[in-house]
Amino acid sequence: MCKVKAIKALTLLALLAMLVGTTVYMHDFGSPENAAMDDYFIQNGQAETGSNNIVAAVLFDYRGLDTIGEASVLFAAACAIFLLFRRSEE
Amino acid sequence: MSDEGMSVIVKTVSCVLVVPTVVFGLYVIMHGHLTPGGGFPGGAVMATIVALFLVAYGKDGSRKILKKDCLSAAESIGLLLFAALAFAGISVTFFSNFLANTGNWFGTVIPFGPNPGYLVSGGVLPLMNIAVGIEVFAALSAIMILMFSYSGDDSK
Repeated sequence: MCKVKAIKALTLLALLAMLVGTTVYMHDFGSPENAAMDDYFIQNGQAETGSNNIVAAVLFDYRGLDTIGEASVLFAAACAIFLLFRRSEE
Repeated sequence: MSDEGMSVIVKTVSCVLVVPTVVFGLYVIMHGHLTPGGGFPGGAVMATIVALFLVAYGKDGSRKILKKDCLSAAESIGLLLFAALAFAGISVTFFSNFLANTGNWFGTVIPFGPNPGYLVSGGVLPLMNIAVGIEVFAALSAIMILMFSYSGDDSK
């Protein structure tokens, strides 16, 4: 019992240390370490996709395969719920 | 157990709220390539009206209004439309934006930097936003209807 409590406390302390460490050593807002990709999207996104919203351009054009996976996950979830609740129809 | 929903005031107000909610959801979907938003949030906004209907009309009332078979079909159609648009650019690559910057339909060439925003620009992006919006709206609505209508139904 005492051992479990000690493990719990240690886990929480480790998590707290990680959170504090990330906050302290985080780079400044607006100055990421690797900005090559961001600069490419900002410079060429409008010209290549014709879209003002760079987020939409990344979501549906540059990373379109990721978005179709997202949409399929939602579709699969809806299908699973249709199957689960099928018996109580009628 | 009969569940006829809430009072006539709530039902009327929920009917009135259909118009602004659906208009706002369509706005978010159609301006997805210009302003923050897009298919996912717009579809979720439109699905909130289904939640309101379910609460206002109860299990029995909402079963007559909301048809979940239509929503199931719309969900499939949205995802198929999205995949078809992705495959339409297969002559270059999968998910290539074949409509952008052609000067034709949805191919307006936009200037670099801040601009007033042109609705028919962005190539396949607005069309994909619409497809995803249909799919998300139908999927979320169908999930809510099923889980609301058939939960806690011990009497059967």
